[in-house]
Amino acid sequence: MAITTTKSAFWKGFRDSAPFIFMASPFGFLFGVLAAEAGLIVPEAFAFSLAVFAGAAQFTALQLMQENAPLIIILISALAVNLRMAMYSASLTPYLGDAPMWQRALAAYFMVDQSYALSIVKFEAEPEMTAPQRMAYFFGTNGIVAPAWVIATAIGALVGTRIPDSWGVDFVLPLAFLAMIGPMLRTPAHIAACFVAVATALPAAALPYNLGLIVAGIAGMIAGAQAELWLERQKTKMEAAQ
Amino acid sequence: MSSIPAPLLWTVILGLAVGSYALRFAFIGFMGGKPIAPWLMRHLRYTAVAIIPALVAPLVVWPAPTDGSPSLMHFAAAAATLAAGYLTRNVLCGLGAGGVSLLLLYLAA
Repeated sequence: MAITTTKSAFWKGFRDSAPFIFMASPFGFLFGVLAAEAGLIVPEAFAFSLAVFAGAAQFTALQLMQENAPLIIILISALAVNLRMAMYSASLTPYLGDAPMWQRALAAYFMVDQSYALSIVKFEAEPEMTAPQRMAYFFGTNGIVAPAWVIATAIGALVGTRIPDSWGVDFVLPLAFLAMIGPMLRTPAHIAACFVAVATALPAAALPYNLGLIVAGIAGMIAGAQAELWLERQKTKMEAAQ
Repeated sequence: MSSIPAPLLWTVILGLAVGSYALRFAFIGFMGGKPIAPWLMRHLRYTAVAIIPALVAPLVVWPAPTDGSPSLMHFAAAAATLAAGYLTRNVLCGLGAGGVSLLLLYLAA
């Protein structure tokens, strides 16, 4: 159904994003529980989710703080996980770049995986949407998911303080990361990036100051980019041969 | 579990808040319609899928609950989580599979 008004665009985004509540809430809750286990109090966990608003980066920072990694490594690693947000920002600019500055400034805060994924698909499918409608749709995709994420964190932190240490939840964080990796492995290039990062990270774990993480991350990134180039060249060759 | 010092925690929260916002704002705010260089785009695509596995690999091979000695039980739970997440393309299915297999292995041990 075509979108006719700005208001209906917002509600369309709102409805399209509804299934993501079932993703954001448990993950926010889990972050809250693990933050509480790491010694964070409820307002700290709440502020963390509200200010940073990026699940994978928050889990990364939480893990590294518990490993007593140096501040600079914590920041670099968690921000590296968030570098994809710059890509989202670049990719949405042709669609949202003409909006007023205050709207763009606000939109930047809400630039997350699910709002990007829903919006880019919508904007490409319906090029006749006006700029205000696009912005409304984008904000709509965050209308319920964003509050759900932050509130779930706070509830998780409340519950987390009541979980006895003997339950041994300290392997849950690695499992959460692994669950995130699975769906990320979309192409052979993603798998190459993951494989090289793991193969580098294990021996590099011997490096001081958690530097191994940065080294392995860079190695994986380069592997992914090179694999992508190689795959493209193979495809071109195949097409030329036909 | 060791508690995180408050000054470190708040520095991390503020640093990540400002840094993440800057990354999100960079193009939509400053660059206007200027396209991002293809080589940079190509590397950005693989940052998360490189950093997160690099972070998690040592945690699986030398798990914290056993004080770092390799454990088949934890490795199996990790493999189940990754496989389920990959096959279903769903984070929660992966996490569920991992949790259940960890519980089963724990009860069996």
